[in-house]
Amino acid sequence: MIPSIVVFIYLAIILYVGMFAFRKSTGSKEDFFLASRSLGPWVFLLTVFGTNMTAFAILGSSGLAYQRGIGVYGLMASSSGLIIPLTIFLIGTRLWSLGKKHGYMTQVQYFRDRWECDGIGTLIFAVTALMMIPYIVIGMMGGGHTLDSLSDGWVPYWLGGAIVAIVVMLYVFFGGMRGVAWVNALQTVLFLCFGAIAFYLISRNLGGYDKIMAEIAADPKDSTLLSRARISPQEFFSYTFIPLSAMMFPHMAIMCLTAEKVTSFKRTVVWYPICILLIWLPSVYLGIVAAHQFPGLKLGESDDVILRLLSDNTDVIVAGILGAAIMACVMATDSQIMALSAMFSQDVFAHYGGAKKFGEKAQVWMGRAFVIVIAIVSYALALALEGQKSIFDLAIRFGFSGFAALAPVMLAALFWRRSNKWGALAAVLWVVFTMGLLWWLQLHSNGIAPKPGQPPVPIFAELGGLFLRTPMNVTIFGYMPVMFMCLGSAFWMVLVSLLTPAPSRATIEKFFPSSKPALFPSS
Amino acid sequence: MKTKYWLLAIWILIVFALHQDVWNWTKTGPLLFGLLPPGLTYHLGYSVLAAITMALLVRFAWPAHLEDDDANDQQPPVKKP
Repeated sequence: MIPSIVVFIYLAIILYVGMFAFRKSTGSKEDFFLASRSLGPWVFLLTVFGTNMTAFAILGSSGLAYQRGIGVYGLMASSSGLIIPLTIFLIGTRLWSLGKKHGYMTQVQYFRDRWECDGIGTLIFAVTALMMIPYIVIGMMGGGHTLDSLSDGWVPYWLGGAIVAIVVMLYVFFGGMRGVAWVNALQTVLFLCFGAIAFYLISRNLGGYDKIMAEIAADPKDSTLLSRARISPQEFFSYTFIPLSAMMFPHMAIMCLTAEKVTSFKRTVVWYPICILLIWLPSVYLGIVAAHQFPGLKLGESDDVILRLLSDNTDVIVAGILGAAIMACVMATDSQIMALSAMFSQDVFAHYGGAKKFGEKAQVWMGRAFVIVIAIVSYALALALEGQKSIFDLAIRFGFSGFAALAPVMLAALFWRRSNKWGALAAVLWVVFTMGLLWWLQLHSNGIAPKPGQPPVPIFAELGGLFLRTPMNVTIFGYMPVMFMCLGSAFWMVLVSLLTPAPSRATIEKFFPSSKPALFPSS
Repeated sequence: MKTKYWLLAIWILIVFALHQDVWNWTKTGPLLFGLLPPGLTYHLGYSVLAAITMALLVRFAWPAHLEDDDANDQQPPVKKP
């Protein structure tokens, strides 16, 4: 009961932050969708990190560490600590510069100009928008379940989801991107501060982590959690392709356009790996501790082990505050709703004549109306399909692979002047085809999926180890499909671009001025 | 491309390769300070190495030409006589 009251106070605070952002608004479309491109270095760092830190980083990572051990940190976090800031350095800074120079507010606007083709932009809009929807629905579901769990059922799932939907809708509706940025910065600071306190309190209550680790190490069944024995080398290697998805997520790409200066990126690039370390290491570590404290939980059941540790080992107020911080991560849907709103407003409404016909103010109001529509539709889906959560979880896992496989399209657009729309089209179609194939293989093999700890099973005996089914995924020769999706996307991009005519001289000069270097400064 | 960019590119490839610490795969001890298993200690250090790598990129390969564009954009237009 008390933790849920603390969460309600937190929700009221972020609602106030959103309203305060509204008072700073100028009413222009640049202001509503991009906070007037005005974020300074620290807010930009906290916002970009907060935007990318979803419920999965906290609840999912500890739940997975519970099942598969400390290797989850290397699998998902330390590789992200290298790849994500590298893509922010290479892609984010260039997108920011192009946005400032040509007035772009979404990456689709850039793709349309760069590829000299409306259709490819519309196709990328449709594919990315479709891949984003499961994230928003899962966010609503997560909000409902977290409130339900923190309040011991006093706030039921349907009410918790409704409260989350209304709060997010209101501060995005009024505050726009500035509200989203401030709330994300606040949630990151809150989580870092109270996460550290809770980590210490859990240790003190359990008699010290050294004692628990010694007990785990002495237990032959649990000691494998302290190694990477439950993760295959192929999976560990191929998972490093997943962080390529970061800059292809529309909310991350659009967030990069909000920086005031390109120098704002410096702090983000350098500190991003440390932020990942500070959030993920305790989350993974607590997953191992929870395996010792609450043995025997199955896949899916282990996702709330952090909440269990909190409620069993900390004061109700601290549990409530950290519950609020977890809630904030669950509510990372704000930037995703904002991104979809910006894309719809810019890439559909404005692009197909709405802006010319009705003006800039109508464009902003169209964006706001779309915020309401997305929130209501997502909430309705979260209610209607509560029992189908695994489908959305699956869609998110595929979404990561799909966005990662679109990274070669972005890299080619930015750094390879010979790349053209046909190459981009081939790469996007490859991504759509492989995602469809994987979805089918996953559903087709659900009946033969091995249990955790058992070896992978061939999906088609006559094809040997080509398609293998693990407890959670389909793999190709033991490797995550994302690796082949990325390599295939790059292959088609290069091959088809070389076989078809180059972009026009005007386009090449627009995006690769002969006076400017493509990749690095010449001096 | 200048030598320093090649060196940085090679450094990034080395750091990427260092992520695959196969020698730690089945090690469960000794625990650092009685708390951290070897695999987790290694990847904690790896995260710090990633931050140092990013600092090197920012220091030696910062796309300064984008700053020039920014500065030019912010200058008031020159009035024609």
